[in-house]
Amino acid sequence: MKDIAEIRADFPILNRKVYGKPLVYFDNGATTQKPQCVLDAVDEVYESYNGNIHRGVHFLSDMSSEAYEKAREKVRSFINADKREEIVFTSGTTGSINGIAFCFGEKYIKPGDEIILSQLEHHANIVPWQMMCERKGAVLRVIPINDNGEIILEEYYKLLSSKTRIVSVTQASNALGTILPVKEIIAAAHHINVPVLIDGAQGVQHGIVDVKTMESDFYVFSGHKIYGPNGIGILYGKEKWLSELPPFQGGGDMVDKVTFEKTTYNELPFKFEAGTMNYPAAIGLASALDYVSGIGRENIASREKELLSYATSRLSAIEGVNIYGTSEMKISTISFHIKDIHQYDTGMILDKMGIAVRTGTHCAQPVMDHYGIEGTVRASLCFYNTKEEIDTLAEGIEKVKSMFA
Amino acid sequence: MTSSEVQDNIIEEFSQFDDWMDKYNLLIDIGKELPVIDPKYKVKDFLIEGCQSKVWLYPKFDGKLITFTADSDAIITRGIVALLIKVLSNRSPQEIISTDLYFIDKIGLRQNLSPTRSNGLLSMVRQMKLYAMAYNVKNI
Ligand SMILES: Cc1ncc(COP(=O)(O)O)c(C=O)c1O
Repeated sequence: MKDIAEIRADFPILNRKVYGKPLVYFDNGATTQKPQCVLDAVDEVYESYNGNIHRGVHFLSDMSSEAYEKAREKVRSFINADKREEIVFTSGTTGSINGIAFCFGEKYIKPGDEIILSQLEHHANIVPWQMMCERKGAVLRVIPINDNGEIILEEYYKLLSSKTRIVSVTQASNALGTILPVKEIIAAAHHINVPVLIDGAQGVQHGIVDVKTMESDFYVFSGHKIYGPNGIGILYGKEKWLSELPPFQGGGDMVDKVTFEKTTYNELPFKFEAGTMNYPAAIGLASALDYVSGIGRENIASREKELLSYATSRLSAIEGVNIYGTSEMKISTISFHIKDIHQYDTGMILDKMGIAVRTGTHCAQPVMDHYGIEGTVRASLCFYNTKEEIDTLAEGIEKVKSMFA
Repeated sequence: MTSSEVQDNIIEEFSQFDDWMDKYNLLIDIGKELPVIDPKYKVKDFLIEGCQSKVWLYPKFDGKLITFTADSDAIITRGIVALLIKVLSNRSPQEIISTDLYFIDKIGLRQNLSPTRSNGLLSMVRQMKLYAMAYNVKNI
């Protein structure tokens, strides 16, 4: 594995200063920074072979289309899907979930049907289902969590019933870091023939994801959270489901024949890719996945585990710091609060020390409701972070305490 | 003091410090001088939307002048609202409406003191001006 100095040198932005201090970037849960190879891959599209995909007969269009389809293949093998037809490009996790919630609702949902989510969901995995439920007269059921921030599996098993139509849960909580027992969740749903969507936005960048052994029916994630460009996301769906489901957007490229009487749709995966897709970002994503594979996903996971354990012990040793999300199974995200100090005050002072953290509810208000709090400070780490940076955070917290005491 | 004099004083106070931490400490101190809102007005009606922290702002109009009292659950925000109150409180609706808050840019408040990039700050200013407009109409 590359050493940490080499890894950091791959990410140009990590070199910069903010307010004259070295940047400590601990907001990887919101978006990750990009290695040079990803920046180069996107630049190269525009500099040397930009042409709209699947449209032209000309050289550039061919070259772009080929690179785009190669990117699809790269995603397929990265998550170990069976077929390239099962990989749909979207605008991001939010786009993927909205798409599935819409077309699944149109095809299968009747009044009184139930959708199961967990209390750990990001708003992106709540609101689209809520909108669909309102349209179709269906009902959301929520798997509760305990004080460690873990879902209570027994309660989930009780929620499953003949009314359940789909289960949609996150692989890991963006607000607390908890990793969910997705295998158990999926197995139980499949037992009663209910499909499961896994929101991989906080999962795919932290370890090996294999949709075949996971057996999820849908798996979605965002390129920008796995060191790729913004504006590209993935919707994986088992072929059986993607064939049955109607498209969620209409437009060019997704059609086979169009007359004013009737339109027939293109084959998979193009049926779900209406209009000009963000192919430069897809190509950039492929480069990001190569980069991640080059570092090694086991290496990433073990480095992040070490960082998490170091950060947890450093932070919990500080008097007045309370960590939310204390499961044994976590991604490298730590949500905390300093006693009697508003998270906003903490975030402002840390910012001035060059430390980027997120404050607030992290688009996961139901999680905050569980603890009866208004928000937390979240440090989300990844493999390019260092123990020295964690030390800087610990010093920052001490400084905050001295300023607001 | 005119509102411009108050603004100039604030600018001078902040210009003593180069380091942002010192400016924050000043802001925290200014927050301690905030004329605090009566707890009975700390209700939804007086809560300002659009801030990461909670800010309550209560206007009192005696027929001529508006005085503001406020509070926030975050200390830096309390400092920010205290600054605004220093400049705008105890003035006529017309004056509040027409005051140009130039001190905000001069002390770097907009760029540097507000991580939600002045969302909260602008909401506070807007709310103060809206109250002034409402009382101004009443007065005509
Ligand atoms: C668990 C989870 N789901 C969904 C999203 C939404 O991702 P995006 O904004 O890239 O669509 C996020 C982003 O923070 C997330 O953490």
